[in-house]
Amino acid sequence: MAECGRVDSNTSHTMDKSITLPPDEIFRNLENAKRFAIDIGGSLTKLAYYSTVQHKVAKVRSFDHTAKEAAGDKLYEISMQEEVTARLHFIKFENAYIETCLDFIKDHLVNTETKVIKATGGGAHKFKELIERKLGLKVDKEDEMTCLIKGCNFVLRNIPHEAFVYAKHADSEFRFQTTNPDIFPYLLVNIGSGVSIVKVESEDKFERIGGSSIGGGTFWGLGALLTKTKRFDELLQLASKGQHASVDMLVKDIYGGSYGYLGLTGDLIASSFGKSATADKEFSKEDMAKSLLHMISNDIGQLACLYAKLHNLSRVYFGGFFIRGHPVTMHTITYSINFFTKGEVQALFLRHEGYLGAIGAFLKGAEEDNPNQYSWGENYAGSSGLMSVSPDMNPMQRARSGTFPFDMLEMDRLERQLVNLPLLQDPSSYIPDTVDLTEDAPAREYWLYCFEEALDGVVKRAVASQPDMPEAALRAEKFRQKYRHKLQTLRQQPFAYGSLTVRSLLDTREHCLNEFNFPDPYSKIKQRENDIALKYYQKAVKSLDELSWEEKQFALVRGVLAGNVFDWGAKAVSDVLESDPEFGFEEAKRQLEERPWLVDSYDQWLERLKGPPHKCALFFVDNSGVDIILGVMPFVRELLSRGTEVVLASNSGPALNDVTNGELQILTERIAAMDPVIEAGLREDRLLLVQSGSSSPCLDLSRLDKVLAMVVRERQTDLVIIEGMGRAIHTNYYAMLSCESLKMAVIKNSWLADRLGGKLFSVVFKYEVPVGKPNKDCGAFSPC
Amino acid sequence: MAFNGHQRDDDDIIDENETPSKQPRSDKEMPVHFRNEPNSESATTAGRATSDRRTSQSATRHRHDSVKKTRPPFPWFGMDIGGTLVKLVYFEPKDITAEEEQEEVENLKSIRRYLTSNTAYGKTGIRDVHLELQDLTLCGRKGNLHFIRFPTHDLPAFLQMGRDKHFSSLHTTLCATGGGAYKFESDFRMMADLELHKLDELDCLIRGVLYLDSVMSSGPSECYYFENPADPDHCVQKPCTLENPYPLLLVNIGSGVSILAVYSENNYKRVTGTSLGGGTFLGLCCLLTGCSTFEEALEMASQGESTRVDKLVRDIYGGDYERFGLPGWAVASSFGNMMSKEKRESVSKEDLARATLVTITNNIGSITRMCALNENIETVLFVGNFLRVNTLSMKLLAYAMDYWSKGQLKALFLRHEGYFGAVGALLELLHPS
Repeated sequence: MAECGRVDSNTSHTMDKSITLPPDEIFRNLENAKRFAIDIGGSLTKLAYYSTVQHKVAKVRSFDHTAKEAAGDKLYEISMQEEVTARLHFIKFENAYIETCLDFIKDHLVNTETKVIKATGGGAHKFKELIERKLGLKVDKEDEMTCLIKGCNFVLRNIPHEAFVYAKHADSEFRFQTTNPDIFPYLLVNIGSGVSIVKVESEDKFERIGGSSIGGGTFWGLGALLTKTKRFDELLQLASKGQHASVDMLVKDIYGGSYGYLGLTGDLIASSFGKSATADKEFSKEDMAKSLLHMISNDIGQLACLYAKLHNLSRVYFGGFFIRGHPVTMHTITYSINFFTKGEVQALFLRHEGYLGAIGAFLKGAEEDNPNQYSWGENYAGSSGLMSVSPDMNPMQRARSGTFPFDMLEMDRLERQLVNLPLLQDPSSYIPDTVDLTEDAPAREYWLYCFEEALDGVVKRAVASQPDMPEAALRAEKFRQKYRHKLQTLRQQPFAYGSLTVRSLLDTREHCLNEFNFPDPYSKIKQRENDIALKYYQKAVKSLDELSWEEKQFALVRGVLAGNVFDWGAKAVSDVLESDPEFGFEEAKRQLEERPWLVDSYDQWLERLKGPPHKCALFFVDNSGVDIILGVMPFVRELLSRGTEVVLASNSGPALNDVTNGELQILTERIAAMDPVIEAGLREDRLLLVQSGSSSPCLDLSRLDKVLAMVVRERQTDLVIIEGMGRAIHTNYYAMLSCESLKMAVIKNSWLADRLGGKLFSVVFKYEVPVGKPNKDCGAFSPC
Repeated sequence: MAFNGHQRDDDDIIDENETPSKQPRSDKEMPVHFRNEPNSESATTAGRATSDRRTSQSATRHRHDSVKKTRPPFPWFGMDIGGTLVKLVYFEPKDITAEEEQEEVENLKSIRRYLTSNTAYGKTGIRDVHLELQDLTLCGRKGNLHFIRFPTHDLPAFLQMGRDKHFSSLHTTLCATGGGAYKFESDFRMMADLELHKLDELDCLIRGVLYLDSVMSSGPSECYYFENPADPDHCVQKPCTLENPYPLLLVNIGSGVSILAVYSENNYKRVTGTSLGGGTFLGLCCLLTGCSTFEEALEMASQGESTRVDKLVRDIYGGDYERFGLPGWAVASSFGNMMSKEKRESVSKEDLARATLVTITNNIGSITRMCALNENIETVLFVGNFLRVNTLSMKLLAYAMDYWSKGQLKALFLRHEGYFGAVGALLELLHPS
């Protein structure tokens, strides 16, 4: 990229504009940018653009498809290919920098066919001429409210943990809400200078059902008059220091105590500013600002509740500049809603509330690309996260120090549409993650430390995966910095990307690796392990077949568990694997805990196996090599033999040494060549390989490939098997399914083992039958 | 229920009062009351009261004495001690017989003379002469009802006066409502040796409203509304009565605001309230303009222009925001223009006072309207001292109710704005419920 723009200030803006834009961080991928949208508010500008990103992806290809016998030493080849994916970029900065930014964009924008920029927000008309002159794009104004709603629908649908409840005095200030697949209907209370209350019933149907003129503008305008304080943020700061009781007339000021008859406590405000009318004295700025804040927040909360009640809505989101990440106003609004609904309705806030208008304006302009037809995911590597930068705070200082305050959000277009697993008992209450590290401080400490500790190893692995690329070391170093910075941010602000979980820490690492073109650091290892394991397949199957039925069932389960020990994601194991590549399957079995296991419902499982076969089993697989080939495949083979159809769900993209769908296709083909049961299963369409839609070592059953969901429904799946620590313990340990489920994992982390009351290599074998469904004729019950 | 029975009889009497001749009136009304009085102890129904009326003259005479015992001794006061104002109603008997006059103690006489011969008391006490109800019959006695108010912070002076005039020697019960009845109970005892009979303010409010509306005096009608609220040139006050008023939304705007849904005389609930009330208007006006009284604040407001302070829909959209049916003249952001330094410097105190009035009034209107919708009520009755000499707010409320409900809601007002609690307290003295 060219050197960053250094722009001299010669305009009327008071702020020092000679600032440096960090080109590696801001306005990324401008070269391929198309479709711009801008939302200019009273103080902040939000710019949106769509761009394509070139990624390296690891592809696997079988050496020889036609002549299976000729397949020599290596099973498949790995190649790095360039793939173009779509990404949405959103940048937020202060209006004072708008010219600097426009210049920067102009200088870096190459060959775009874009002619129009969609614009919204109150300030759009003010900068219309400037934008048209600088960028040569025609400014096309879009209705503010429409953009807001479109943006709101988009984030609610696509960003997990978008909405949160604010609790000032709780252990974790932010309580993130699980993503409900059904986002409608809801109420959006937008508190700008005035208040708009909008009822949203569907993607295209919304109605402004009411509003109020007492809003952020009232706080600001009246506050400026009363306190001679000009800036909104300063007013909020004043308010946070004040005591409203010296200005407000409280119930106890009138009654001397509480108004018991009506249940009104003495501390309730009877009359806002009531004391400033009766007492002839001076009031402090802080106290007046606080009183004003309470007055306005309570009033808005009350009206919101009245509208919610009238329209029978329980989901109420608050947004607008009055709210925008300010703990003070989120707290007072939350309090008000709580008071007026007696706790029946919770005030909800949005992590990306500030971007709604820009997102909506962008979507309006991109309608022909059908962005709503895709699923999108937040790119943790390129997004600032909640409150990591608060441009509202002390902007003068920041400008003086020469850095450019901005906030970013990046959304990647996912290759496929993601939906709920149809077998979730209650999708609206499903929480994938077992431990919320936002709330569990000791667990957070441990895992952040753990991921930091493992960073060197990951960097080493990443470099080793690209031996032919000399700059890999440099990129790996950048990855290290980026991820370490993310970990530091999360230490300070665990809530930055929603609830902090082991899953989100893993996903963030994958995003950062991808960002620096390390799509699959474990590709070579996986390849080698798959090769080795395949050689033992026939032997393993043969020895299993020699066992009695009951012995065999137990051996199969132990096989899966032992296979699951082979996990590079777990440090305890990777140390052993690193030092002893010949670490064998048998050795792993010896490491396993003896029965009774830490969680042990094997007897029930065995009992169940004596009954009729399942109709169809959905198996979420874990690692490459021994795990999938010697552990899972024999187990699958047995299911097929029993007459159960099997759907193997594997990752769409790489994550650690997890087997990807691409790899599994080739592996299964190879095994089919050796094993008539697997071969028949494939041929008769009773064994299916479907991708999960995920590229994570964990599993979110509410975001699965639509095709997988369809297959699950069509095949009348009545058994779900989830394997491995990432999928069955870090996530889904408590997941309730509407059919039988089997969760199998070996605990390969001593801290976690400790937490669960076990020890290293303890076994979790959790077989569950949904309540109310008799064990006996499970084979007969219909899928949900 | 006892109250219920009496209420109706009062109605009957007052209907008869409408006859031009004054002489027969007292002869007629006395017996009716006497007949009913004993029933005040038990639950009297309207039906029984009617049958009682047929009692003979001799029986009446007999009861006259017993009633005399149950009727409270003079003076008759009702008091409502609010957050900002104390409201006092005083019944001045005009049918005092020579015999009574002789018996009357000097203290009582002096209090009566003091209250009725002045229209202002001390620096801040005021008698609202225009509200006085004359020739009223209460508890068998004929007289005038006086309406007096003074700021709550001058209550000590009032108590001092009570002490100076040896009020406690009269052994009267002082019925008081409002928060101050609780807050200042010990002050009454300590400073003036007076025991308060404390009453719930909302019970008193409703009782007072229903009573005053039912009293047909020779003066103007208690209840009224505004015709053509949308048209300032033709917006006129029209009298009406609270006939079949239920369900009724009763909005009491004092320092703060209480909103009640009233389904019958004895069946009501407090729907909600807001802290943005009269106290907020005055408090903010004092801070913004340096004024110190409600009258001053209102006077300033009447001369100001709120559109210089508020941001209107047309200031943002250039006209109507048609997509959402918002007219250009609607306020988009109260005090919204004051975000700009230049505009802060260009507005007058009068503009600020006006904007404060409009902001508070419209907000009450909008919360009221939402409550009416939620409670499914179409009649709204606004009372409270915020509306005193405040036609501006009343017309605004009338207009807001009409406009935003598309004519569905009707706003009603009462002449005795803030005195209903005090009247309710007085009624409690005369007819304990």
